Amino acid sequence: MFSKGAEPADTPTVGVGPRVAEKAVAGPIVRLSGVNKHFGSLHVLKEIDLDIAEGEVVVIIGPSGSGKSTLCRAINRLETIDSGSIELGGSPVPVEGNRLAAHRADVGMVFQSFNLFAHKTVLENVTLGPIHVRKCSPAKARAQAMELLERVGVGAQATKLPAQLSGGQQQRVAIARSLAMNPRVLLFDEPTSALDPEMVNEVLDVMSALAQDGMTMVVVTHEMGFAKRAGDRVVFMADGAIVEQASPTEFFDNPQTDRARDFLSKILVH
Amino acid sequence: MDVIVDNFDLFAQGWLRTVQICFYALLGALPLGILLAAARVSPVPFLRSLGGTWVTIFMSCPLTVVLFFMAFGLPEIGIKGSYFWFGTIGLALYSASFVCEALRSGINAVPAGQAEAARSIGLSFMRSLNLVILPQALRSSLPPMTNAIIYLIKNSAIVGAFGVGQDLFAVADTLTAARGLSALPVLTGVIAGYLLLVLPIGRILSLIETKVAILR
Repeated sequence: MFSKGAEPADTPTVGVGPRVAEKAVAGPIVRLSGVNKHFGSLHVLKEIDLDIAEGEVVVIIGPSGSGKSTLCRAINRLETIDSGSIELGGSPVPVEGNRLAAHRADVGMVFQSFNLFAHKTVLENVTLGPIHVRKCSPAKARAQAMELLERVGVGAQATKLPAQLSGGQQQRVAIARSLAMNPRVLLFDEPTSALDPEMVNEVLDVMSALAQDGMTMVVVTHEMGFAKRAGDRVVFMADGAIVEQASPTEFFDNPQTDRARDFLSKILVH
Repeated sequence: MDVIVDNFDLFAQGWLRTVQICFYALLGALPLGILLAAARVSPVPFLRSLGGTWVTIFMSCPLTVVLFFMAFGLPEIGIKGSYFWFGTIGLALYSASFVCEALRSGINAVPAGQAEAARSIGLSFMRSLNLVILPQALRSSLPPMTNAIIYLIKNSAIVGAFGVGQDLFAVADTLTAARGLSALPVLTGVIAGYLLLVLPIGRILSLIETKVAILR
Protein backbone atom coordinates (compact mmCIF):
# COMPACT_ATOMS: atom_id res chain seq x y z
CA MET A 1 0.00 0.00 0.00
CA PHE A 2 0.93 3.60 -0.28
CA SER A 3 1.94 5.25 2.89
CA LYS A 4 2.53 8.91 2.39
CA GLY A 5 5.84 9.83 0.80
CA ALA A 6 6.95 6.22 0.50
CA GLU A 7 7.36 6.36 -3.26
CA PRO A 8 10.84 5.66 -4.54
CA ALA A 9 12.33 8.69 -6.22
CA ASP A 10 12.83 7.04 -9.58
CA THR A 11 11.57 8.54 -12.82
CA PRO A 12 7.83 9.13 -12.70
CA THR A 13 5.68 7.57 -15.35
CA VAL A 14 4.93 9.95 -18.16
CA GLY A 15 1.86 9.41 -20.26
CA VAL A 16 2.11 5.64 -20.00
CA GLY A 17 0.17 3.37 -17.69
CA PRO A 18 -0.11 3.52 -13.94
CA ARG A 19 3.22 2.23 -12.81
CA VAL A 20 2.71 3.31 -9.27
CA ALA A 21 -0.40 1.23 -8.76
CA GLU A 22 1.11 -1.84 -10.38
CA LYS A 23 3.21 -2.21 -7.29
CA ALA A 24 0.13 -2.61 -5.13
CA VAL A 25 -0.17 -5.90 -3.30
CA ALA A 26 -3.87 -6.39 -3.96
CA GLY A 27 -5.47 -5.68 -7.35
CA PRO A 28 -6.63 -2.13 -7.97
CA ILE A 29 -10.07 -1.20 -6.66
CA VAL A 30 -10.66 1.08 -9.63
CA ARG A 31 -9.14 0.40 -13.04
CA LEU A 32 -9.58 2.57 -16.09
CA SER A 33 -8.11 1.22 -19.30
CA GLY A 34 -8.07 2.88 -22.68
CA VAL A 35 -10.93 5.25 -21.78
CA ASN A 36 -11.95 7.69 -24.49
CA LYS A 37 -14.70 10.24 -24.53
CA HIS A 38 -15.75 12.96 -26.94
CA PHE A 39 -18.04 15.93 -26.48
CA GLY A 40 -18.96 16.44 -30.10
CA SER A 41 -15.67 17.07 -31.88
CA LEU A 42 -13.83 17.69 -28.61
CA HIS A 43 -11.76 14.72 -27.43
CA VAL A 44 -12.11 15.20 -23.65
CA LEU A 45 -10.61 11.91 -22.47
CA LYS A 46 -7.76 10.41 -24.46
CA GLU A 47 -6.74 6.80 -23.86
CA ILE A 48 -6.89 7.12 -20.08
CA ASP A 49 -5.23 4.31 -18.14
CA LEU A 50 -5.42 4.66 -14.39
CA ASP A 51 -5.35 2.17 -11.53
CA ILE A 52 -6.34 3.15 -8.03
CA ALA A 53 -5.34 0.90 -5.17
CA GLU A 54 -7.41 0.28 -2.09
CA GLY A 55 -6.78 2.99 0.49
CA GLU A 56 -5.01 5.20 -1.99
CA VAL A 57 -5.67 8.93 -2.24
CA VAL A 58 -5.29 10.04 -5.85
CA VAL A 59 -5.37 13.77 -6.47
CA ILE A 60 -6.14 14.82 -10.03
CA ILE A 61 -4.95 18.27 -10.98
CA GLY A 62 -4.62 20.18 -14.19
CA PRO A 63 -5.85 23.27 -16.02
CA SER A 64 -9.55 23.92 -16.65
CA GLY A 65 -10.96 21.84 -19.45
CA SER A 66 -8.30 19.18 -19.07
CA GLY A 67 -10.92 16.48 -18.45
CA LYS A 68 -10.34 15.99 -14.71
CA SER A 69 -13.99 16.35 -13.73
CA THR A 70 -15.15 14.23 -16.64
CA LEU A 71 -12.74 11.49 -15.60
CA CYS A 72 -13.97 11.63 -12.02
CA ARG A 73 -17.63 11.56 -13.06
CA ALA A 74 -17.05 8.71 -15.49
CA ILE A 75 -16.06 6.43 -12.60
CA ASN A 76 -19.63 6.88 -11.34
CA ARG A 77 -21.01 6.80 -14.87
CA LEU A 78 -22.47 10.27 -14.47
CA GLU A 79 -20.58 10.64 -17.75
CA THR A 80 -20.72 7.86 -20.29
CA ILE A 81 -17.56 6.85 -22.11
CA ASP A 82 -17.09 6.13 -25.81
CA SER A 83 -14.54 3.34 -25.55
CA GLY A 84 -12.30 1.60 -23.06
CA SER A 85 -13.37 0.12 -19.76
CA ILE A 86 -13.82 1.18 -16.16
CA GLU A 87 -13.82 -1.50 -13.48
CA LEU A 88 -14.65 -1.42 -9.80
CA GLY A 89 -13.18 -4.28 -7.79
CA GLY A 90 -12.54 -6.25 -10.98
CA SER A 91 -16.01 -6.01 -12.49
CA PRO A 92 -16.94 -3.52 -15.20
CA VAL A 93 -19.21 -0.59 -14.33
CA PRO A 94 -22.75 -1.60 -15.40
CA VAL A 95 -24.26 0.40 -18.23
CA GLU A 96 -27.73 1.02 -16.83
CA GLY A 97 -30.59 -0.10 -14.61
CA ASN A 98 -30.49 -1.56 -11.13
CA ARG A 99 -26.97 -2.87 -11.45
CA LEU A 100 -25.73 0.62 -12.26
CA ALA A 101 -27.66 1.94 -9.24
CA ALA A 102 -25.97 -0.70 -7.08
CA HIS A 103 -22.57 0.34 -8.46
CA ARG A 104 -23.27 3.97 -7.64
CA ALA A 105 -24.29 3.03 -4.11
CA ASP A 106 -20.77 1.67 -3.65
CA VAL A 107 -19.07 4.75 -5.07
CA GLY A 108 -19.53 7.96 -3.12
CA MET A 109 -19.61 11.28 -4.91
CA VAL A 110 -19.08 14.75 -3.51
CA PHE A 111 -19.94 17.57 -5.89
CA GLN A 112 -18.60 21.07 -6.32
CA SER A 113 -22.08 22.52 -5.69
CA PHE A 114 -22.87 20.17 -2.75
CA ASN A 115 -26.23 19.12 -4.29
CA LEU A 116 -27.87 18.41 -0.95
CA PHE A 117 -31.53 17.51 -1.37
CA ALA A 118 -33.08 20.94 -0.93
CA HIS A 119 -36.43 19.73 0.46
CA LYS A 120 -34.95 17.41 3.08
CA THR A 121 -33.35 18.19 6.40
CA VAL A 122 -29.66 17.58 6.92
CA LEU A 123 -30.43 14.35 8.79
CA GLU A 124 -32.83 13.15 6.07
CA ASN A 125 -30.21 13.89 3.44
CA VAL A 126 -27.89 11.45 5.15
CA THR A 127 -30.47 8.76 5.93
CA LEU A 128 -32.17 8.67 2.52
CA GLY A 129 -29.66 6.34 0.89
CA PRO A 130 -29.23 3.93 3.82
CA ILE A 131 -33.03 3.60 4.23
CA HIS A 132 -34.03 3.27 0.57
CA VAL A 133 -30.97 1.67 -0.97
CA ARG A 134 -29.32 -0.25 1.89
CA LYS A 135 -32.70 -1.15 3.45
CA CYS A 136 -31.50 0.01 6.85
CA SER A 137 -34.15 0.51 9.54
CA PRO A 138 -34.91 4.23 9.96
CA ALA A 139 -33.80 4.18 13.58
CA LYS A 140 -30.48 2.56 12.76
CA ALA A 141 -29.97 4.88 9.77
CA ARG A 142 -30.63 7.93 11.95
CA ALA A 143 -28.21 6.79 14.63
CA GLN A 144 -25.52 6.14 12.05
CA ALA A 145 -26.24 9.47 10.33
CA MET A 146 -25.94 11.39 13.61
CA GLU A 147 -22.63 9.70 14.25
CA LEU A 148 -21.36 10.75 10.82
CA LEU A 149 -22.69 14.28 11.17
CA GLU A 150 -20.89 14.58 14.52
CA ARG A 151 -17.77 13.25 12.91
CA VAL A 152 -17.79 15.96 10.23
CA GLY A 153 -18.74 18.56 12.84
CA VAL A 154 -22.30 19.45 11.85
CA GLY A 155 -24.28 17.34 14.33
CA ALA A 156 -25.94 20.48 15.70
CA GLN A 157 -27.43 21.28 12.29
CA ALA A 158 -29.23 17.93 11.84
CA THR A 159 -32.76 19.33 11.82
CA LYS A 160 -32.04 22.29 9.53
CA LEU A 161 -32.62 22.52 5.81
CA PRO A 162 -29.53 22.70 3.59
CA ALA A 163 -30.17 26.32 2.59
CA GLN A 164 -29.84 27.35 6.25
CA LEU A 165 -26.24 26.12 6.36
CA SER A 166 -23.03 27.73 5.19
CA GLY A 167 -21.31 26.32 2.13
CA GLY A 168 -18.66 24.63 4.23
CA GLN A 169 -21.28 23.01 6.44
CA GLN A 170 -23.27 21.88 3.40
CA GLN A 171 -20.24 20.26 1.86
CA ARG A 172 -19.47 18.43 5.10
CA VAL A 173 -23.05 17.16 5.15
CA ALA A 174 -22.55 16.01 1.57
CA ILE A 175 -19.48 14.08 2.67
CA ALA A 176 -21.47 12.50 5.51
CA ARG A 177 -24.20 11.58 3.03
CA SER A 178 -21.65 9.77 0.89
CA LEU A 179 -20.04 8.05 3.87
CA ALA A 180 -23.42 6.77 5.08
CA MET A 181 -23.45 4.43 2.08
CA ASN A 182 -20.18 2.82 3.18
CA PRO A 183 -18.64 3.45 -0.21
CA ARG A 184 -15.64 1.51 -1.47
CA VAL A 185 -14.35 4.63 -3.19
CA LEU A 186 -15.13 8.28 -2.60
CA LEU A 187 -15.00 10.68 -5.54
CA PHE A 188 -14.57 14.42 -4.97
CA ASP A 189 -15.27 16.71 -7.90
CA GLU A 190 -13.70 20.06 -6.97
CA PRO A 191 -15.23 19.92 -3.48
CA THR A 192 -13.93 23.31 -2.35
CA SER A 193 -14.18 25.34 -5.56
CA ALA A 194 -17.60 26.80 -4.72
CA LEU A 195 -16.67 27.71 -1.15
CA ASP A 196 -15.79 31.04 0.38
CA PRO A 197 -12.07 31.02 1.22
CA GLU A 198 -12.58 30.86 4.98
CA MET A 199 -14.60 27.64 4.62
CA VAL A 200 -12.18 25.75 2.45
CA ASN A 201 -10.12 24.43 5.33
CA GLU A 202 -12.99 22.98 7.35
CA VAL A 203 -13.82 20.78 4.34
CA LEU A 204 -10.21 19.91 3.58
CA ASP A 205 -9.70 18.93 7.23
CA VAL A 206 -12.55 16.43 7.01
CA MET A 207 -11.09 15.06 3.78
CA SER A 208 -7.63 14.76 5.28
CA ALA A 209 -9.06 12.86 8.22
CA LEU A 210 -10.78 10.46 5.83
CA ALA A 211 -7.55 9.96 3.94
CA GLN A 212 -5.82 9.24 7.23
CA ASP A 213 -8.47 6.63 8.02
CA GLY A 214 -7.59 4.77 4.85
CA MET A 215 -10.54 5.75 2.63
CA THR A 216 -9.89 5.25 -1.06
CA MET A 217 -10.31 8.68 -2.60
CA VAL A 218 -10.16 10.30 -6.02
CA VAL A 219 -9.97 14.04 -5.57
CA VAL A 220 -10.21 16.57 -8.37
CA THR A 221 -9.01 19.82 -6.87
CA HIS A 222 -7.06 23.02 -7.23
CA GLU A 223 -5.92 22.83 -3.61
CA MET A 224 -2.23 22.06 -4.01
CA GLY A 225 -1.74 22.14 -0.25
CA PHE A 226 -4.19 19.28 0.15
CA ALA A 227 -2.53 17.36 -2.68
CA LYS A 228 0.84 17.62 -0.91
CA ARG A 229 -0.48 16.89 2.54
CA ALA A 230 -3.01 14.13 1.99
CA GLY A 231 -2.34 12.74 -1.48
CA ASP A 232 -0.58 9.47 -2.13
CA ARG A 233 -0.29 10.21 -5.81
CA VAL A 234 -0.77 13.24 -8.01
CA VAL A 235 -2.17 12.70 -11.49
CA PHE A 236 -1.60 15.67 -13.76
CA MET A 237 -3.97 15.98 -16.70
CA ALA A 238 -3.91 18.35 -19.66
CA ASP A 239 -5.98 18.37 -22.83
CA GLY A 240 -7.79 15.16 -21.92
CA ALA A 241 -4.72 13.04 -21.28
CA ILE A 242 -2.75 11.99 -18.23
CA VAL A 243 0.52 13.81 -18.76
CA GLU A 244 2.34 12.90 -15.61
CA GLN A 245 1.80 11.07 -12.35
CA ALA A 246 3.97 10.77 -9.29
CA SER A 247 4.00 11.09 -5.55
CA PRO A 248 3.18 14.66 -4.42
CA THR A 249 6.71 15.46 -3.28
CA GLU A 250 8.16 14.21 -6.51
CA PHE A 251 5.61 15.97 -8.66
CA PHE A 252 5.78 19.35 -6.99
CA ASP A 253 9.56 19.36 -6.45
CA ASN A 254 10.58 17.85 -9.71
CA PRO A 255 7.93 17.88 -12.44
CA GLN A 256 9.11 15.94 -15.48
CA THR A 257 7.17 17.55 -18.31
CA ASP A 258 7.11 21.09 -19.68
CA ARG A 259 3.32 21.05 -19.44
CA ALA A 260 3.40 20.33 -15.72
CA ARG A 261 6.21 22.82 -15.07
CA ASP A 262 4.24 25.46 -16.95
CA PHE A 263 1.09 24.68 -14.94
CA LEU A 264 2.92 24.73 -11.61
CA SER A 265 4.72 27.97 -12.43
CA LYS A 266 1.36 29.61 -13.05
CA ILE A 267 -0.33 28.49 -9.85
CA LEU A 268 2.57 28.55 -7.40
CA VAL A 269 3.83 31.99 -8.28
CA HIS A 270 1.99 33.85 -5.52
CA MET B 1 -81.68 38.30 -8.33
CA ASP B 2 -85.15 36.82 -8.19
CA VAL B 3 -84.28 34.57 -11.07
CA ILE B 4 -81.41 33.04 -9.15
CA VAL B 5 -83.34 32.72 -5.90
CA ASP B 6 -86.40 31.24 -7.61
CA ASN B 7 -84.32 28.70 -9.50
CA PHE B 8 -81.80 28.05 -6.77
CA ASP B 9 -82.49 24.31 -6.87
CA LEU B 10 -81.62 24.14 -10.51
CA PHE B 11 -78.46 26.20 -10.03
CA ALA B 12 -77.41 24.01 -7.09
CA GLN B 13 -77.98 20.83 -9.06
CA GLY B 14 -76.07 22.20 -12.03
CA TRP B 15 -73.25 23.29 -9.78
CA LEU B 16 -73.01 19.85 -8.17
CA ARG B 17 -73.00 18.23 -11.60
CA THR B 18 -70.11 20.48 -12.64
CA VAL B 19 -68.27 19.59 -9.44
CA GLN B 20 -68.85 15.93 -10.26
CA ILE B 21 -67.46 16.25 -13.79
CA CYS B 22 -64.45 18.18 -12.51
CA PHE B 23 -63.80 15.75 -9.68
CA TYR B 24 -63.78 12.66 -11.88
CA ALA B 25 -61.83 14.41 -14.63
CA LEU B 26 -59.19 15.52 -12.11
CA LEU B 27 -59.09 12.03 -10.63
CA GLY B 28 -58.04 10.82 -14.07
CA ALA B 29 -55.98 13.78 -15.24
CA LEU B 30 -53.65 14.10 -12.22
CA PRO B 31 -52.25 10.54 -12.10
CA LEU B 32 -52.19 10.32 -15.89
CA GLY B 33 -50.38 13.65 -16.08
CA ILE B 34 -47.81 12.46 -13.53
CA LEU B 35 -47.28 9.24 -15.52
CA LEU B 36 -46.90 11.21 -18.75
CA ALA B 37 -44.41 13.59 -17.14
CA ALA B 38 -42.44 10.62 -15.76
CA ALA B 39 -42.41 9.10 -19.25
CA ARG B 40 -41.24 12.36 -20.79
CA VAL B 41 -38.23 12.67 -18.48
CA SER B 42 -37.42 8.94 -18.32
CA PRO B 43 -34.16 7.54 -19.67
CA VAL B 44 -36.15 5.18 -21.96
CA PRO B 45 -36.42 6.69 -25.48
CA PHE B 46 -39.64 4.79 -26.27
CA LEU B 47 -41.42 6.18 -23.19
CA ARG B 48 -40.13 9.66 -23.93
CA SER B 49 -41.54 9.64 -27.45
CA LEU B 50 -44.80 8.06 -26.27
CA GLY B 51 -45.30 10.85 -23.72
CA GLY B 52 -44.26 13.48 -26.24
CA THR B 53 -46.68 12.21 -28.87
CA TRP B 54 -49.56 12.10 -26.40
CA VAL B 55 -48.97 15.65 -25.28
CA THR B 56 -48.51 16.93 -28.83
CA ILE B 57 -51.77 15.35 -30.01
CA PHE B 58 -53.92 16.44 -27.09
CA MET B 59 -52.42 19.91 -26.88
CA SER B 60 -52.95 20.65 -30.54
CA CYS B 61 -56.45 19.18 -30.67
CA PRO B 62 -59.39 21.36 -29.58
CA LEU B 63 -61.30 19.86 -26.67
CA THR B 64 -64.46 19.88 -28.76
CA VAL B 65 -62.81 17.59 -31.28
CA VAL B 66 -61.57 15.28 -28.54
CA LEU B 67 -65.10 15.07 -27.14
CA PHE B 68 -66.59 14.43 -30.59
CA PHE B 69 -64.05 11.68 -31.05
CA MET B 70 -65.00 10.14 -27.71
CA ALA B 71 -68.74 10.34 -28.23
CA PHE B 72 -69.03 9.51 -31.92
CA GLY B 73 -65.72 7.94 -32.89
CA LEU B 74 -65.43 5.37 -30.13
CA PRO B 75 -68.95 3.88 -30.55
CA GLU B 76 -68.05 3.20 -34.19
CA ILE B 77 -65.32 0.84 -33.03
CA GLY B 78 -67.67 -0.76 -30.55
CA ILE B 79 -66.82 1.18 -27.40
CA LYS B 80 -70.05 2.32 -25.83
CA GLY B 81 -70.80 4.38 -22.77
CA SER B 82 -72.82 7.26 -21.43
CA TYR B 83 -72.17 10.81 -22.58
CA PHE B 84 -71.26 11.64 -19.01
CA TRP B 85 -68.37 9.19 -18.95
CA PHE B 86 -67.28 9.89 -22.50
CA GLY B 87 -67.23 13.60 -21.76
CA THR B 88 -65.50 13.27 -18.41
CA ILE B 89 -62.88 10.82 -19.68
CA GLY B 90 -62.29 13.01 -22.73
CA LEU B 91 -61.73 16.00 -20.45
CA ALA B 92 -59.39 13.93 -18.28
CA LEU B 93 -57.32 12.74 -21.26
CA TYR B 94 -57.17 16.28 -22.63
CA SER B 95 -56.26 17.91 -19.31
CA ALA B 96 -53.62 15.27 -18.51
CA SER B 97 -51.38 16.75 -21.20
CA PHE B 98 -51.55 20.16 -19.51
CA VAL B 99 -50.92 18.62 -16.09
CA CYS B 100 -47.95 16.79 -17.64
CA GLU B 101 -46.46 19.96 -19.06
CA ALA B 102 -47.00 21.87 -15.81
CA LEU B 103 -45.15 19.10 -13.97
CA ARG B 104 -42.43 18.86 -16.56
CA SER B 105 -41.73 22.56 -16.27
CA GLY B 106 -41.37 21.96 -12.54
CA ILE B 107 -39.09 18.98 -13.09
CA ASN B 108 -36.92 21.04 -15.42
CA ALA B 109 -36.71 23.73 -12.75
CA VAL B 110 -35.10 21.26 -10.31
CA PRO B 111 -31.34 21.71 -10.67
CA ALA B 112 -29.63 18.85 -12.52
CA GLY B 113 -27.35 18.33 -9.54
CA GLN B 114 -30.28 17.07 -7.45
CA ALA B 115 -30.83 14.18 -9.85
CA GLU B 116 -27.10 13.48 -10.04
CA ALA B 117 -26.84 13.39 -6.26
CA ALA B 118 -29.85 11.08 -6.07
CA ARG B 119 -28.34 8.70 -8.60
CA SER B 120 -24.97 8.90 -6.87
CA ILE B 121 -26.31 7.40 -3.66
CA GLY B 122 -27.68 4.50 -5.68
CA LEU B 123 -31.34 5.47 -6.01
CA SER B 124 -33.01 3.99 -9.09
CA PHE B 125 -34.65 6.28 -11.65
CA MET B 126 -38.13 5.76 -10.15
CA ARG B 127 -36.89 6.24 -6.59
CA SER B 128 -34.98 9.42 -7.38
CA LEU B 129 -38.06 10.71 -9.17
CA ASN B 130 -40.31 9.88 -6.20
CA LEU B 131 -38.05 10.88 -3.36
CA VAL B 132 -36.02 13.75 -4.74
CA ILE B 133 -37.23 15.21 -8.03
CA LEU B 134 -41.04 15.15 -7.85
CA PRO B 135 -41.38 16.56 -4.32
CA GLN B 136 -39.35 19.57 -5.45
CA ALA B 137 -40.93 19.71 -8.91
CA LEU B 138 -44.45 19.69 -7.47
CA ARG B 139 -43.68 22.83 -5.53
CA SER B 140 -42.51 24.81 -8.51
CA SER B 141 -45.28 23.27 -10.64
CA LEU B 142 -48.00 24.61 -8.41
CA PRO B 143 -48.63 27.89 -10.28
CA PRO B 144 -48.91 26.25 -13.74
CA MET B 145 -50.75 23.35 -12.12
CA THR B 146 -53.28 25.79 -10.66
CA ASN B 147 -53.82 27.09 -14.18
CA ALA B 148 -54.29 23.58 -15.56
CA ILE B 149 -56.89 22.80 -12.87
CA ILE B 150 -58.76 26.05 -13.45
CA TYR B 151 -58.79 25.37 -17.19
CA LEU B 152 -60.18 21.94 -16.47
CA ILE B 153 -62.99 23.46 -14.44
CA LYS B 154 -63.83 25.92 -17.17
CA ASN B 155 -63.61 23.26 -19.85
CA SER B 156 -66.20 21.22 -17.96
CA ALA B 157 -68.71 23.66 -19.48
CA ILE B 158 -67.82 22.31 -22.92
CA VAL B 159 -68.39 18.78 -21.63
CA GLY B 160 -71.76 19.96 -20.31
CA ALA B 161 -72.75 21.75 -23.49
CA PHE B 162 -71.75 18.70 -25.39
CA GLY B 163 -74.65 16.56 -24.32
CA VAL B 164 -74.00 15.57 -20.76
CA GLY B 165 -76.32 18.33 -19.73
CA GLN B 166 -77.51 19.31 -16.28
CA ASP B 167 -74.22 20.96 -15.41
CA LEU B 168 -73.92 24.57 -14.32
CA PHE B 169 -73.53 25.91 -17.85
CA ALA B 170 -76.48 23.88 -19.13
CA VAL B 171 -78.63 25.57 -16.48
CA ALA B 172 -78.33 28.77 -18.49
CA ASP B 173 -79.59 27.03 -21.57
CA THR B 174 -82.50 25.44 -19.73
CA LEU B 175 -83.61 28.68 -18.11
CA THR B 176 -83.23 30.98 -21.12
CA ALA B 177 -84.15 28.76 -24.05
CA ALA B 178 -86.70 26.46 -22.48
CA ARG B 179 -88.30 28.74 -19.91
CA GLY B 180 -87.75 32.04 -21.67
CA LEU B 181 -86.04 33.87 -18.82
CA SER B 182 -83.78 36.79 -19.75
CA ALA B 183 -80.15 35.89 -20.22
CA LEU B 184 -78.42 38.53 -18.14
CA PRO B 185 -79.51 37.47 -14.64
CA VAL B 186 -79.25 33.79 -15.49
CA LEU B 187 -75.71 34.09 -16.79
CA THR B 188 -74.78 36.20 -13.77
CA GLY B 189 -75.86 33.28 -11.63
CA VAL B 190 -73.82 30.88 -13.74
CA ILE B 191 -70.73 33.08 -13.47
CA ALA B 192 -71.20 33.27 -9.71
CA GLY B 193 -71.35 29.48 -9.63
CA TYR B 194 -68.03 29.11 -11.46
CA LEU B 195 -66.42 31.76 -9.26
CA LEU B 196 -67.58 29.79 -6.25
CA LEU B 197 -65.64 26.82 -7.59
CA VAL B 198 -62.53 28.48 -9.00
CA LEU B 199 -61.82 31.06 -6.29
CA PRO B 200 -61.49 28.66 -3.34
CA ILE B 201 -59.34 26.29 -5.38
CA GLY B 202 -57.04 29.10 -6.47
CA ARG B 203 -56.88 30.28 -2.86
CA ILE B 204 -56.13 26.81 -1.47
CA LEU B 205 -53.41 26.18 -4.05
CA SER B 206 -51.70 29.50 -3.40
CA LEU B 207 -51.83 28.74 0.33
CA ILE B 208 -50.14 25.40 -0.32
CA GLU B 209 -47.65 27.22 -2.48
CA THR B 210 -46.51 29.51 0.31
CA LYS B 211 -46.49 26.60 2.79
CA VAL B 212 -44.26 24.33 0.78
CA ALA B 213 -41.99 26.90 -0.83
CA ILE B 214 -38.47 25.56 -0.54
CA LEU B 215 -35.41 27.46 0.40
CA ARG B 216 -32.59 27.41 -2.10
